[in-house]
Amino acid sequence: MLEIRDLRASASGKEILKGIDLTVHAGEVHAVMGPNGSGKSTLAQVLAGHPAYEVTGGSVSYRGQDLLELEPEARAQAGVFLAFQYPVEIPGVTNAYFLRAAYNEIRKARGEEEIDSMDFIDLLEEKLKLVEWDSEIMSRAVNSGFSGGEKKRNEILQMAVLEPTLAILDETDSGLDIDALRIVAAGVNKLRRPDKATIVVTHYQRLLNYIVPDFVHVLTNGRIVKSGGKELALELEARGYEWLEDAVGAAS
Amino acid sequence: MSSSVESLVNKEYKYGFVTDIESDVTPKGLSEDVIRLISAKKQEPEWLLEWRLKGYRGWLKMTEPHNWANVTYTPVDYQSISYYSAPRTQKPLGSLDDVDPKLLETYTKLGIPLSEQKLLAGVVAVDAIFDSVSVGTTYKAKLAEQGIIFCSFGEAVREHPELVRKYLGSVVPASDNFFAALNAAVFSDGSFVYIPKGVRCPMDLSTYFRINSAETGQFERTLIVADEGATVSYLEGCTAPKRDENQLHAAVVELVALENASIKYSTVQNWYAGDEEGRGGIYNFVTKRGKCAGAHSKISWTQVETGSAITWKYPSVILQGDNSVGEFYSVAVVNGRQQADTGTKMIHTGRNTRSTIVSKGISAGRGQNSYRGLVKVLPKAEGARNYTQCDSMLIGNRCGAHTFPYIDVQNSSSSTEHEASTSKIGEDQIFYLKQRGLNTENAISMIVNGFCKEVFKELPMEFAVEAQKLLGISLEGSVG
Repeated sequence: MLEIRDLRASASGKEILKGIDLTVHAGEVHAVMGPNGSGKSTLAQVLAGHPAYEVTGGSVSYRGQDLLELEPEARAQAGVFLAFQYPVEIPGVTNAYFLRAAYNEIRKARGEEEIDSMDFIDLLEEKLKLVEWDSEIMSRAVNSGFSGGEKKRNEILQMAVLEPTLAILDETDSGLDIDALRIVAAGVNKLRRPDKATIVVTHYQRLLNYIVPDFVHVLTNGRIVKSGGKELALELEARGYEWLEDAVGAAS
Repeated sequence: MSSSVESLVNKEYKYGFVTDIESDVTPKGLSEDVIRLISAKKQEPEWLLEWRLKGYRGWLKMTEPHNWANVTYTPVDYQSISYYSAPRTQKPLGSLDDVDPKLLETYTKLGIPLSEQKLLAGVVAVDAIFDSVSVGTTYKAKLAEQGIIFCSFGEAVREHPELVRKYLGSVVPASDNFFAALNAAVFSDGSFVYIPKGVRCPMDLSTYFRINSAETGQFERTLIVADEGATVSYLEGCTAPKRDENQLHAAVVELVALENASIKYSTVQNWYAGDEEGRGGIYNFVTKRGKCAGAHSKISWTQVETGSAITWKYPSVILQGDNSVGEFYSVAVVNGRQQADTGTKMIHTGRNTRSTIVSKGISAGRGQNSYRGLVKVLPKAEGARNYTQCDSMLIGNRCGAHTFPYIDVQNSSSSTEHEASTSKIGEDQIFYLKQRGLNTENAISMIVNGFCKEVFKELPMEFAVEAQKLLGISLEGSVG
């Protein structure tokens, strides 16, 4: 589904991704872990097409398409979803209005008809259950005055509605208490399907107790330095990241 | 990629066409003779001519206000403007059937229906002003059944002189300010509304202003009187052809609300704004003021200002009646080289008077947007309250937003509250929406409409839809 080859990217002239290789197949969950400043979030943002990052080399193929050629909205319409680490607030725009607009853009891109607000409400009712939420949240302005946990939950709700093919969760666990973490993880797990894939970007192993990955990759200093199964996450939890950085430092 | 929000194509100003119609235009220039000529053409009574001359003589002693408004332009040459222009076919109109087909076609093109459709819910009665004259008013007969007077100003002077004489200049005197005095001297036509005691006007009333002729100014005057317990909602729209020269629009609107009366006045202003280099466009120098003369009366201004090269406009309320309410909801958009200095004055003189000001300024391109507001509480205004919220949004790096709030409180039992914010549409906000599948244009439109929501919800439904569309058009090509 996704093939990243020697991906390099920089921000304000500073190289952050220094050659990433990663292959994700349908049905898989990949965890990308690493210390602060290793480039995890940059990878997520670059895949979504954030304009602050410049891709300086390498390629990303998504379902046979050159992902890097596409505008961010075209990536979204093609099924790439980024759950943001810091979801922005859009004052004055209700969650329901925003979500329906997004949902309809994606339907249009698939050649499907737009959905009217009555049908959309039915759909929402069902999706709200996934994140154990009351419909009251839909009449509030997008993320405005939401707590950190509500913002993250809102990201998962959007994901549930938009049904992406490739979901990238950028530190969705940060700032969540244990209950919110459980709800968010349960939401993600219910959306796991053989034809879809998920990349979970996280600093801590904690989230991976709930969302069990098929593969774990460790990113340090802009490169993937180690890949393994879910047990690698436990090893990282026990030993930290330093031993890997030391190993890389010694090798280079 | 940092230019991802650039390069949207500028949409053409949709209303920039000219109607080819023969017009009766007075020679350029302003003098007592010109004023006498206008008054004579309109067959006005002597008292009105005197009133005009009073305005003119006052105006001669005043200077164009260049020192305080935050706008820059070359002073207007008042001798190079024609002060009266009327389509030549204009006869005393028996009915709408007598209106020149070319004029009807113009309004059809503008999307303003001048035919009275079968009465459906949500119809609006329209007075259509073309250059200096009213070319038709719809639903007049229907409204007259309830004693409502809705007609052109000229007709009101002929048919209801006692009402006009009583209220004309009672809120904006002939020599109030430079542009109001000029208007008093040369005002051509406008709308007149009188809602009798206890009557709730059954439909929205609306005036549609169209400037057509070149090198003329438009100086309309609108007077709305809501008698005791009356209610009316009034809408105003405006467009003009695209021309390279600036054209002056100096209008006056006076509102009078008697005891328990309520007037809601909504404007969507879309005069031609000039081109990207700032050539041409309308100078919109307008005095709008309402007086809550009676106790428990209410006046509410809602404006969406997207057009004009320069806007200079402060719809105000004098809160004279005890427990009266004044409101001002405004969205002002500047793009290209547009400049706007707009806001309101709330003058509290009565007891327990309340006012609310919500101003949303959006600056894009090289536009300069200023909010200027005065909240004045006089010594007798026991318990007066004001709430002001003033938000600015910047799109791009070359525009400006300015705020000039003045608060003058002379009564210690009153309370005033002022909140202000300035935000910039961030790349992050746009990216967030794009990541959910919206293109840049729709993303900006969604953010801006959200920003303006508190004002849009005050507009009548059909106007709100229009305003949202207009905002989308005004801001296209603005992001960089």
